[in-house]
Amino acid sequence: MGKTNLKTELETGLERVEEIIEGYKERGEEGFLIQLLLDIQSEFNWIPREAIARISERLRVPKSKIYRVASFYEAMSLTPAGRHTVQVCLGTACQVRGAPKILDRLEERLRIKEGETTLDRRFSLRRVNCLGCCAMGPVVVVDGNYHGKITPAMVAGILEKYA
Amino acid sequence: MRELRRKIVAGRDLNKPFITLCSGTACHATGSDAVAAAIQEELEKQGLTEQVGVRRTGCHGFCERGPILVIYPEEICYLGVTPEDVPEIVSETIKGKRIIERLLYAEPSTGERSVHEQDIPFYKHQTRLVFKGNLWIDPTKIEDYLALGGYKALAKVLEEKTPEEVLEEVKRANLRGRGGGGFPAGRKWETTRNAAGEPKYVIVNCDEGDPGAYMDRSIMEGNPHRVLEGLTIGAYAIGSHQGFVYVRQEYPIAIANLGVAIEQAKEYGFLGENILGSGFNFDVKVHRGAGAFVSGESSALMNAIEGKVGEPRPKYIHTSESGVWDKPSNLNNVETWANVPLIIAKGADWFNSIGTEGSKGTKIFSLVGTVNNTGLVEVPMGTTLREIIYKIGGGIRGGKRFKSVQTGGPSGGIIPEQFLDTPVDFDELTRLGSMMGSGGMIVIDEETCIVDLARYFVDFLCDESCGKCVPCREGLRRMREILEGVVAGRGKEGDIEMLEEIGEVMKKASLCALGTTAANPVLSTLRYFRDEYEAHIAEKRCPALFCKDLISYYIEPEKCVACLLCLKNCPEGAISGGKKKVHVIDQSKCVKCGICFDVCPPKVRAVKKISGVPVPPPVPEAEREIERRKVRSGGERRR
Repeated sequence: MGKTNLKTELETGLERVEEIIEGYKERGEEGFLIQLLLDIQSEFNWIPREAIARISERLRVPKSKIYRVASFYEAMSLTPAGRHTVQVCLGTACQVRGAPKILDRLEERLRIKEGETTLDRRFSLRRVNCLGCCAMGPVVVVDGNYHGKITPAMVAGILEKYA
Repeated sequence: MRELRRKIVAGRDLNKPFITLCSGTACHATGSDAVAAAIQEELEKQGLTEQVGVRRTGCHGFCERGPILVIYPEEICYLGVTPEDVPEIVSETIKGKRIIERLLYAEPSTGERSVHEQDIPFYKHQTRLVFKGNLWIDPTKIEDYLALGGYKALAKVLEEKTPEEVLEEVKRANLRGRGGGGFPAGRKWETTRNAAGEPKYVIVNCDEGDPGAYMDRSIMEGNPHRVLEGLTIGAYAIGSHQGFVYVRQEYPIAIANLGVAIEQAKEYGFLGENILGSGFNFDVKVHRGAGAFVSGESSALMNAIEGKVGEPRPKYIHTSESGVWDKPSNLNNVETWANVPLIIAKGADWFNSIGTEGSKGTKIFSLVGTVNNTGLVEVPMGTTLREIIYKIGGGIRGGKRFKSVQTGGPSGGIIPEQFLDTPVDFDELTRLGSMMGSGGMIVIDEETCIVDLARYFVDFLCDESCGKCVPCREGLRRMREILEGVVAGRGKEGDIEMLEEIGEVMKKASLCALGTTAANPVLSTLRYFRDEYEAHIAEKRCPALFCKDLISYYIEPEKCVACLLCLKNCPEGAISGGKKKVHVIDQSKCVKCGICFDVCPPKVRAVKKISGVPVPPPVPEAEREIERRKVRSGGERRR
């Protein structure tokens, strides 16, 4: 990706951030910071530093306060994600059905720890605390596709499906 | 309103065939979207779109066998339906009125099949009151809810009752909070009603952070009007005109369906200004939670509604008197609110006739773990654990032995086999050192290590502790450190006593309910499974053969048939052997992923887990040659 490309991407991105902020400001409600950050997270799959600076400026809220909220919540990420997000459910039901072995296998295979992204930005590995489809446990979700009743031997095959 | 309902009901031809398809999150994950698309396509192909109705409902609860499809008016229930089954279902069952045997429920032990949903043992032994509507209602259609008598209770309240009378009814019903604490809802309402300060707020807690519990989500997804109706009744009794629904953002379907429901309720005049012409105003806003377990705690949740970090406030200030923006705020969880319309419609006496002395009504449990029938189970309070796990849950998976059941979420406790006949209600579970919590029930078999499970919960709570008060923050960290040592074989004498001491301090000195209950998983496992802790510490042995650092995989030479399966599947290349050569694991290369154990054919079972004893030395090279024994195929793979 060229430098100019990145720049235009950033600019269009910030325009979108602006739109989201405006949407909330117009409604004039109190206490929408979390909702706003969630929207930005789902738009970009992470919360870029530039977005936080912009929110701080527009809402007249100190950056420190925004970082405090964004780092507190599990659903918000301050680092960019890989092309594919692999979520391993480690809810109690999956835990007792062998999920720890699946996570081990994924970490070994991708050579990263949970919460990290592979160097080639292909995969981000995240653990989640229950996806609520306990009947399928252990469950691995890649980009929203559910893979249920996983065994360690199935891990490699699943990853191969995502280039 | 009666007129409206009559019209809706009259507009429905009861004999017209229609299909309901479970579309809750769990069935969504098992492919209900694809099935729905296939149904649409097939009906168009066969020119039946006019004659056959399709309704996508919320969760039916029997998630083990989803997606669930029911064909009305015959009420034929098919389980585990795939898109490939759809053409046959349409031509055979809908057109031909013939039943497809293989899609029916079959009892695992007898093979006996059940045609109707209510004949399946999983459902037969349940009492579905709160959850009932989920089977028929398309959550995006308010008409479906109205047809089943929805908003009748609200109309009754606004037309006939004063707020005081409503409050009295709920108090008399003895409705206890379904979110965890079991505090009487009526008393909470009364406190907020009498508290000084305006405006007053009412809040639905749908943060449901307990891993393994998803009943609140299923109600919110499948029957959001039920919750809204309960909330509006509560608001009327309390004197509130603004409500909040706090839903985790991990529940996108719930958020979407709730949004639709609020719009429709406004359109029909069940929400907004001058509800049903009574002069009562009430509005509801949805707030998405951003993934923090502690934010499900009532005061933390209220901080989050204000847009702040969701950390608890000190408990000596009651949120019912000073909550959101320091105004009186009444918070109840989804299931509690969903009970309210029932109590109003049928009366407190009726509600009191169900359940035990101290706990009235039904409770929805999320029965998960190593049980045969995973799903949501609604039973009267006082049903025994054995009935729930064996009669409804169908017993333990894979013929394994039951070890214990964990209730109450991460800060709940463990209940061992000798208490299986305990009637389940708020007080009994507390007596056993566990708690009701939101109703998570995780069944554990003999292959789960209790110490590791305690470590798992402490690890979870450590991440989720907000860190504001010292006993919880530091206590959990020290506990985690000790437990990680124990499962890794570094346990030492005095560890158990230290865990107990830390636990007692946390119980007494933490700020909120998360901290005061966070030691429960350790204390309750110590209470019933102290010997497992001792085995880990003194003998460096894991009795469940689970803890990676304390077990080794070993191939028994006399059982190995040299089939090459484990050798080929080992990701580390740690297994040596050949076509006629006994396989041996190189212990220095083994990462203990367990794949060899999983792939070794059940008839052979040569791979073994051992713990507490040294691995026998490998067979001498000269003795490794074997006559290749044939492996017979068939049989189920071992887990």
